[in-house]
Amino acid sequence: MSSKSLHVLFDDDDNLIDAVKEVVKNNIYINEVYTPFPVHGLDKAMKLKPTNISIATFIYGCIGFTVAILMMNYIMIVDWPQDIGGKPSFSFIENMPAFVPVIFELTVFFAAHLMVITFYLRSRLWPFKKAENPNPATTDDKFLIDMETGPNISKTKTMLKKLGAISIEVINNDQDEK
Amino acid sequence: MSSHYEAPIRKPLILGDKSYHDVSNDIARPVETPPDKDWWIAFSIAMAAFLWGVGCMAYTLGTGIGVWGLNKTVGWAWDITNFVWWVGIGHAGTLISAVLLLFRQKWRMGINRSAEAMTIFSVIQAGLFPIIHMGRPWLAYWMFPIPNQFGSLWVNFNSPLLWDIFAISTYLTVSLVFWWTGLLPDFAMIRDRAVDPFRKKIYSLISFGWSGRAKDWQRFEEVSLVLAGLATPLVLSVHTIVSFDFATSVIPGWHTTIFPPYFVAGAIFSGFAMVQTLLIIMRKVSRLESYITIQHIEMMNIVIMITGSIVGCAYITELFIAWYSGVEYEQYAFLNRATGPYWWAYFLMMSCNVVSPQIMWVKKIRTNIIWSFVISIVVNIGMWFERFVIIVTSLHRDYLPSSWSMFSPTFIDIGIFIGTIGFFFVLFLLYARSFPVVAQAEVKSILKSSGENYKKLRDKK
Repeated sequence: MSSKSLHVLFDDDDNLIDAVKEVVKNNIYINEVYTPFPVHGLDKAMKLKPTNISIATFIYGCIGFTVAILMMNYIMIVDWPQDIGGKPSFSFIENMPAFVPVIFELTVFFAAHLMVITFYLRSRLWPFKKAENPNPATTDDKFLIDMETGPNISKTKTMLKKLGAISIEVINNDQDEK
Repeated sequence: MSSHYEAPIRKPLILGDKSYHDVSNDIARPVETPPDKDWWIAFSIAMAAFLWGVGCMAYTLGTGIGVWGLNKTVGWAWDITNFVWWVGIGHAGTLISAVLLLFRQKWRMGINRSAEAMTIFSVIQAGLFPIIHMGRPWLAYWMFPIPNQFGSLWVNFNSPLLWDIFAISTYLTVSLVFWWTGLLPDFAMIRDRAVDPFRKKIYSLISFGWSGRAKDWQRFEEVSLVLAGLATPLVLSVHTIVSFDFATSVIPGWHTTIFPPYFVAGAIFSGFAMVQTLLIIMRKVSRLESYITIQHIEMMNIVIMITGSIVGCAYITELFIAWYSGVEYEQYAFLNRATGPYWWAYFLMMSCNVVSPQIMWVKKIRTNIIWSFVISIVVNIGMWFERFVIIVTSLHRDYLPSSWSMFSPTFIDIGIFIGTIGFFFVLFLLYARSFPVVAQAEVKSILKSSGENYKKLRDKK
C-alpha cells in the first residue's frame, strides 16, 4: 500500500463511470466511491460483488414463518386447546386456515426488519455514527473517487483530468496511520 | 447521454432547467427557511383540534365508553368507521412506494416520500381508535401473545381482531423503516450543507452517518426492491384483514366474500385522494411545482378514477348478490341500506365514490388543479360515509324489530374524530418543515432521463 492516495472529484455521473472504468483497466486500486445518488452501473464498473442481502432476507422470512407456526401451535393447540364457537382447536392442520393471516404477517415482519437491521449493520449506519464522506458535496452534486495513486502520480493525474475530473487532491495517509 | 435514453413520447417529470445542485436547493429550501405566517396559522388550528381531541379522549377514558353515542343495537359506530377510514388512507403511501417501484413507474419519485409520511401518520390515527375503545388503554399490551401470570391465558389466534393487531403493527413498523431507509441519503444531504451547528447535529443523528459509498448504494437499492416486494402483499393483506373484522362475522351486510378486494380497492381510492389533497397544497406552498407536476396529478386522478370504478362495481355486486342469494335477511340489509332511514348516507356514498370520479374521464378536468382538489375532498368524504354505511346500517335494524334503533354521535365522538384530523395535520405540518419532502436522491437519478432540459437536449440532436 502506498502512503498516498487521491481524492478525485467529478461533477457528472457519466464522467465518473468512464473514469472508474479507465482506472480499473489501469489496475489502480479504488478504495471507495462516494456519490449523491445511486449511479447505475457503478457497481459493475467497480467490479463490486453483488450483494447477498436478498438471500439473507429469504432466510429471515423462513425464520418468521417457522416462529409463527411454532408459536400458534404451542399457544392454541398444545398449551390450552379451547372450543371456540364450536370449532375445537385440537389439531394444528384443521385449525391452520385461521392461522394463515398471522403466519403471513410474521413472515413479512421478520424478513423486512431483519433485512433492514442487516443492511444498517453491514453498511455501518446507526444513530450517532459519524459520516465518512470526505467531501460534503458528495451528498449534493459531486462524485468522489478515493483511489491509489498508481505507479506514476502525474500520469494518473493527466489521465483523470482528461476524463473530466474537476479537482484532484493528493492525500497523505502517513499522519492517519499508526 | 445514450444510457439515459427515454422515449420522447414520455413527458418530462422534472420541469425547468434543473441541475443536481438545483434539486438539492429546492428540496432543502422548506427545511432551511423559517415557516411563514400561513404555516403557523395552519399549525395552530391543527394543534387546537388535536388538543380538543385529547380532551375528549381523556373524558372518554375517565368516564367510560358510555359517553359515546353507542347503544345496545349499534355497538360499533364512529370509532371503527374512523379506524377503517384512517387505515384506508394509510394504504396509498406504501402502494405508491412499493407497487409503483415494482412496476418501474418513475413518476412515483416526486410523491412517494409525502405519501409514505401520510401513511405512517394516518396509521397512527387509526391505531388510536381500537386502543381508546379498549377502555383501559394501559393494558393494550395484553393483545400481544406474551407469557403472563394469569395461568395459560393466551390471546385467541382465531379472532380477526387479533389478526388486525398483527397486520397493523407489521404494516406500521415496516412502512416506518421503509420510509426512514429512503430518507437517510436525503437527511445526509441536508446535514452536509447545514451551516447552523444545531441543525447539523440533528441531521447527523437522524441520517445515521450515511456517506453514500458505492457498496451502500448497491445494498440500498437491493433493500428498496426487496422491501417493495414484501410491502406489496403486505398492503393488500392489511386491508384484507381489516375487512375480515366484518366479513368473518354473521351479520347480514357484513359477511360477504367480496369484502377483501372491495376494501383494498376502496383503501387505494381514499389513500390516493388524500395524497392528492395534501400534495396539491404542498407543491404550491413549498414551491415544488417542478417535481410534483400536472402530470403527477393527472396520474393520481387516473388511479382515483379506476379504483373508484372498482369500488362502484363492488357496490353493485353486493346488491346483486344480496338479491341473488335469496336470503331475506341479506336482502333486507341492503334494501334498508339504500332506502331505509340512512338512505342519505348511502346516497352520499354512491354519489361521492362512484359518480364523482367518473368526470376524470375528461382530460381537461383531470389536469385541472382546482377540480382535482375538489374531487379529492369529495372522495375523502364519500369514503368516510362508505364505512359508516357498512357499519351502522348493517347493525341498526337487526333481527328483532323491537331493538331497532338509530345512531347519533355525541360531541365526544365528533371531538375525538376532529382530534385525530388535528393530530394528523400537526404531524404532517411538522414533517413538511423538517423533512426532505421529495426523495431527492431518487429524483437526481432520473434527472438525466426524465428532466425537461435533458430531454430537450436529446431532441435537438
